[in-house]
Amino acid sequence: MLNKIYDWVDERLDITPIWRDIADHEVPEHVNPAHHFSAFIYCFGGLTFFVTVIQILSGMFLTMYYTPDIENAWKSVYYLQNEVAFGEIVRGMHHWGASLVIVMMFLHTLRVFFTGSYKKPRELNWVVGVLIFVTMLGLGFTGYLLPWDMKALFATKVGIEIAASVPFIGEQIKILLAGDSTILGAQTLTRFFAIHVFFLPAALLGLLAAHFIMIRRQGISGPL
Amino acid sequence: MHRGKGMKFVGDSRIKAEGKMPNVPKDYSEYPGKTEAFWPNFLLKEWMIGAVFLIGYLIVTVAHPSPLERQADPTDTTYIPVPDWYFLFMYQLLKYEFASGPYNVIGAIVIPGLAVGALMLVPFMDTSKERRPFKRPLPTAFMLLAFASIFYLTWESVANHDWEKAKAQGAIVEEAQFDPESEGYQIYAGSSCIGCHGDAFQGGLGPALIDSGHTPEEIIDIAHNGIGTMPADQWKGSDEELEVLAEFLAGLKTGE
Repeated sequence: MLNKIYDWVDERLDITPIWRDIADHEVPEHVNPAHHFSAFIYCFGGLTFFVTVIQILSGMFLTMYYTPDIENAWKSVYYLQNEVAFGEIVRGMHHWGASLVIVMMFLHTLRVFFTGSYKKPRELNWVVGVLIFVTMLGLGFTGYLLPWDMKALFATKVGIEIAASVPFIGEQIKILLAGDSTILGAQTLTRFFAIHVFFLPAALLGLLAAHFIMIRRQGISGPL
Repeated sequence: MHRGKGMKFVGDSRIKAEGKMPNVPKDYSEYPGKTEAFWPNFLLKEWMIGAVFLIGYLIVTVAHPSPLERQADPTDTTYIPVPDWYFLFMYQLLKYEFASGPYNVIGAIVIPGLAVGALMLVPFMDTSKERRPFKRPLPTAFMLLAFASIFYLTWESVANHDWEKAKAQGAIVEEAQFDPESEGYQIYAGSSCIGCHGDAFQGGLGPALIDSGHTPEEIIDIAHNGIGTMPADQWKGSDEELEVLAEFLAGLKTGE
């Protein structure tokens, strides 16, 4: 039955080459921890992606309870944390995942750097990787405000002041982020929410797609 | 695209009707030496590493519930902000004289901008074919220097931050159940106590007064002689009023 469905789709869309390319690509010996223990350094990229997937899933569930307005944001997080079944776990995974993803990404960056894997022909993939890094930091920064507790508000205040110190366009950046030139309030919270759950994840998914397509095209860099 | 004569397509689409790729995995003989098929051989191993990683991740999550401070209060000007740990090095950098005040733009924009810009342009600056880190001392040295700086700045920031105070200033304060019409509250509101301890006993310059654990006698003593940073002789009213107030304050409990 499943085979018949597969063949029906394959006849019309020729999907076999698409996923066979991923399934059958050969994994070289030097990145395989089963052969060389030191190859575990090649796991960090995959683990970054793994945590990213967990962040997306846990984030989707968090938005089922979270309310991005200054009256209820904190209350909804408090409720999620203390009343909702497993809410503490879901929020905990999102909270710790945010740190883990930074750690894993940092280790992945160091691996790529010290193995010289960014060299020709992989320059573009390195640039996209750095953009992913910046996007992740942006996600961390915008997500920090959302619980709307004391540390969120005051850390964001400092962050916005830093953004405002950019020469020439600092004030515009500040208004774009905070929604107002002086107040950090309701408008800021909805903007950070929008940036955190729509703008940056959209950018991130695009960049990740580019990152992975480039890896598939070029293959992993050879042994040192 | 290959469009020879006599080719057949599925309807009017670009999908060829014949010569489809068979859906069978490559033979293992096509993986020379110790190379491996991604699916399913290598993915299974990755899966195991992922499972071990996930267990550690879940243990951390369960053992350390994610923090939540009290609801944001923009009027609290005494709060000392601190960013998440991965921004601490920047937070520390901005404390140095060469990177703050009139030179703020150096610490906030120039140095981080140069760092990210340099990181982005690494492949275009280090164009040699050599990949081994010890054979290209400059890039390696720069990266180690950057890593050491970030590590040092983060370390300094953590060491110089008063984490006890940070915990106290953000702690969620339970709201007390009290009758604002009661005599005790009227005396409280009419005295200078309310200035430092808040209109709902939530604290401010002084600590919160809910569940303080003090007996009425101790409270009377504190009002006369002070405690900690609270100076002596704060009470300006009569002794009778103070007794009523002390009874009231000692009875302040969080309500359920």
